Amino acid sequence: MLRQGLKLMNQQVAVSGLKIPGVMKMSLTTEKVEQIAYLARLALDAKAVPEYAENLSSILALVEQMDTVNTDNVEPLAHPLELTQRLRADVVTEQDHRDDYQQSAPATEAGLYLVPQVID
Amino acid sequence: MEWETVIGLEIHAQLTTNSKIFSGSATTFGAEPNTQASLVDLAMPGVLPVLNAEVINCAAKFGLASNSTVAKHSVFARKNYFYPDLPKGYQISQMELPIVHDGYLDIEFEAAGKSDGKLATKRVGITRAHLEEDAGKSLHEDFQGMTGIDLNRAGTPLLEIVSEPEMSSAKEAVAYMKKIHSLVRYLGISDGNMQEGSFRCDANVSVRPVGQKELGTRAEVKNLNSFRFIEKAINHEVERQIDLIEAGGAVVQETRLYDPDKDETRSMRSKEEANDYRYFPDPDLLPVVIDDAFIEAIRAELPELPDAKRARFESEFKLGADDARQLTASREVADYFEAALAAGGEPKQAANWVNVELAGALNKADLSLGESPVTAEMLGGMLKRLADGGLTSKMAKEVFAAMWDGEGSADEVIEKRGLKPTDSSEVEGIIDGIIAANPGQVEQFRSGKEKVFGFFVGQAMKATKGQADPKQVNDLLRAKLKG
Repeated sequence: MLRQGLKLMNQQVAVSGLKIPGVMKMSLTTEKVEQIAYLARLALDAKAVPEYAENLSSILALVEQMDTVNTDNVEPLAHPLELTQRLRADVVTEQDHRDDYQQSAPATEAGLYLVPQVID
Repeated sequence: MEWETVIGLEIHAQLTTNSKIFSGSATTFGAEPNTQASLVDLAMPGVLPVLNAEVINCAAKFGLASNSTVAKHSVFARKNYFYPDLPKGYQISQMELPIVHDGYLDIEFEAAGKSDGKLATKRVGITRAHLEEDAGKSLHEDFQGMTGIDLNRAGTPLLEIVSEPEMSSAKEAVAYMKKIHSLVRYLGISDGNMQEGSFRCDANVSVRPVGQKELGTRAEVKNLNSFRFIEKAINHEVERQIDLIEAGGAVVQETRLYDPDKDETRSMRSKEEANDYRYFPDPDLLPVVIDDAFIEAIRAELPELPDAKRARFESEFKLGADDARQLTASREVADYFEAALAAGGEPKQAANWVNVELAGALNKADLSLGESPVTAEMLGGMLKRLADGGLTSKMAKEVFAAMWDGEGSADEVIEKRGLKPTDSSEVEGIIDGIIAANPGQVEQFRSGKEKVFGFFVGQAMKATKGQADPKQVNDLLRAKLKG
């Protein structure tokens, strides 16, 4: 899979050359940037939003350029390492360390971690 | 306008492993809060998930039993959302390459307008079944205006089983859910305990005018943790959508929560805007690769499944479809039946005792089969006496009640109480006497008055103090009255 990934990169260079996009086809609005930031719970400085929009749009444009490469015969890559998942036997190996773990929690009660109220 | 309902179900079955899917924490239900939450479950920085081998076995078993493809290459992905009972900020699940896909199950259900009393059948497609971790629990009772979080359940392995949108009534949905429930319990991969949340379901419901090809906008109804609720919730949701459209409105794609107390669904607005999960392959986990040898080893381990068992019960024991279906609905009942039968009973009688008498007694005492005071061996001992003529069916009821009350095995009860069917020569003598003593009634019967037959039966039972086998009395009376 690693080889396939490299091949894909080489193909791209061969097919279209590695252009740093000047003209951006796919561009993010500032509203979209704010929404993405909200989903990731990131607080953005409002003044910085246009700059983020521009930088993120360049990344998307690069991705869009990669999208033009024909990948019909290339298997999608889920992980860059050519290894497979090792499995663990189904055995309980952890002991109860609740008291230790809860020392760093801001608030606990009756063994529970307390967080600001969540309303569904 | 005529409407058609379209339902797809997402069923979450908690897998019966000893430890969690990605950590070595225990999964015991009901432990003290957070005593089964390790650093991995708490999402402390620097920890890594390590996959439990048993969850792969469980998923493969389900895949084979549901006529699905077990993927030789599957990938875990991160489903991103923020909620306090999910401390990592993402749930590890599977998106593009689930471990099980493209299967089906055949269901049976009571169809509206079908008058021959037979059940309708239908094949329901299984789109996929993927592995994922459960979240923790939020306790909204008031902790000084805060919410309490218990992460014992975080990381518990789940198999999410997604059906095709191919069911067209609440009854079909319930039949499908029962089928999956029975299957996971037969396979021993989930205890299916709905009260404890080990088996729960979300329903995607939409309606469309009959004949329309495109699906209508769907709403997802959550919180369905009993077979009764799922039927009520779907029926309610279908009605709500039809009313809405007929009044000129439109169904909004959203998540709705079923409230069993009010028997209604309501919108969960808070979850709507968070519906952008931005899945991507989890870099902490490598692709899971399994080979044919593994799949064949799992296949060899599969128990006899419900449909096969039912077919065998019908052919091997000559049972009717209803009896066989009832006996094989759960593996426990089927095993009990076979164990009871092994003692030497007659299959139809055994089926009747398990399905009617025993089921009734358990229901009345609110006990599960595992808690039955009458074990399969005990019932088998009684069935043997019934079959070899050592008991009349009336006496059997007395013996069963005595065994239920702890008076020992059937043979012990028979001996202690001196139960013995009157033997046939004795019954014959009694019947001869009754016929001789009632010439008028004999004449009436012979001239076609069938009703008088009951009089003779009554006399005979009275004379034998109810100890005679009613079938034997009937047969003898008929033979002798014919003259």
